[in-house]
Amino acid sequence: MVAQRPDQQRIVITGVGLTAPNGDSLPEFRANLLAGRSGVVAYETRYFGSTVAGVCNYDELRHQRRKEVRRGTRAGSVGVYCAHEAIADSGIDWENVDKSTVGVYVGVTEHGNVETENEIYLIKGYDYDTKFWSHHHNPRTVANNPAGEITLNLKITGPHYTLGAACAAGNAGIIQGVQMLRLGECDLAVCGGVSESIHTFGIFASFSSQGALARHDNPQKASRPFDRDRTGIVVAEGGCLYTLERLSDARARDAKIYGEIVGYAMNSDAHDFVLPLPERQTQCIRLALDRAELNPDDIDIVSTHATGTVSGDVQECQALRDVWPESGRTLLNNTKSFIGHAMGAAGALELAGNLPAFADRVCHATINLDNPDPECEVPGLVANQPRQGDRVDYILNNSFGMLGINSVVVVGRI
Amino acid sequence: MIADDIRQAIVDILSDITPDDDLTELKEDVAFAEQLDLDSMDFLDIVMELRKRYRIQIPEEDYPKLASMKSTVEYLEPVMKEL
Repeated sequence: MVAQRPDQQRIVITGVGLTAPNGDSLPEFRANLLAGRSGVVAYETRYFGSTVAGVCNYDELRHQRRKEVRRGTRAGSVGVYCAHEAIADSGIDWENVDKSTVGVYVGVTEHGNVETENEIYLIKGYDYDTKFWSHHHNPRTVANNPAGEITLNLKITGPHYTLGAACAAGNAGIIQGVQMLRLGECDLAVCGGVSESIHTFGIFASFSSQGALARHDNPQKASRPFDRDRTGIVVAEGGCLYTLERLSDARARDAKIYGEIVGYAMNSDAHDFVLPLPERQTQCIRLALDRAELNPDDIDIVSTHATGTVSGDVQECQALRDVWPESGRTLLNNTKSFIGHAMGAAGALELAGNLPAFADRVCHATINLDNPDPECEVPGLVANQPRQGDRVDYILNNSFGMLGINSVVVVGRI
Repeated sequence: MIADDIRQAIVDILSDITPDDDLTELKEDVAFAEQLDLDSMDFLDIVMELRKRYRIQIPEEDYPKLASMKSTVEYLEPVMKEL
């Protein structure tokens, strides 16, 4: 199927813009992933108190005026930063791009909690008199806000919306971009995912009540997927947006191409609000491979979703062992061990950090894997130190989320 | 509050609402909207900040009186004189 597609239906990545807790550009992010540098830090949040989190340090004023930052949301600001960086990275002649042909598709795990918590906190100081509730609340909390802020800032007049897809949202944003390009709904897709989740105390408190929030005296050791001593999720903020184009368009302008989206799949567990279902994850991975006309052994790097929860990691490993039962050429890694769980941005960021492997053939590691959990044993898991491969032709990116939403994206070297 | 205090209070509010603008050259009798980067949502911020900072409730029909510094100070003087 992939080989038979005409170039107008083949979708390629031509630009990457990101902010992660350990890097505000792809080169910086990649360098820190290869060097084993965590971005997780000690963090204080309203009501909940001391915890750990992945915090981004990008320059908000690089692409926004102070008024825009004040007026908008953190998710919107992250999105604006990533969109600008991706467009610049793509090398496209932005001034002369017809902005009505650009689509913006941004995955989010949740949106609006930050602003709602802030407003309730503020009107508490006015005895809950709603006359003091901000008129900015609605434009800040509408679900399309992060994507809409990007269009306002960059004067994009094509379609924009967010995709609410829990922690599969980063992949969902990419998949939406691919589909819209194939449908001819846009000529340039700015897509991926963003997260502002560390700015809501509720996400920390809820994971804590669920027994799924990471705890560790050393923040950099707190995120430890597949490790016997893992205690849960490290919440992170971040963003990663790609510019996607049709291969024909990218070649016509002699664009740099990071890779081609050769397959993808999404499905639903239809099983539980929070617990994953390995068999459905397996089905999702196999569907993406089938669509890419690839065998499991064709995949060089699997970017796992694992978040560091006790049960979630075991269940993903069951799915991984089902697809890759024996040690072969396929290597597996995990980015959350470096940055925590960037929620709506996670899938897009985790893919991005692996893309340079097409060129340098290095699979970055999973760090903090000091005492591997026997139940999380999977062939090819790269622990603590990067591993040099002979070649990297295909990367498969897992992202799963609550309510049983699964997503897989497969990218090929071109 | 006397006129100068009210003027400073408005400048303080504007500096928060429109932090990229230079307020040192603000003209008294020219509409804020003509010399600052203000839209209708920003204008509502002036009303909201007066409410929050000074507990002043401005009726909607009086909003046009907050168009310029001169008209705003004139309007607020009797309202804020006891503050």
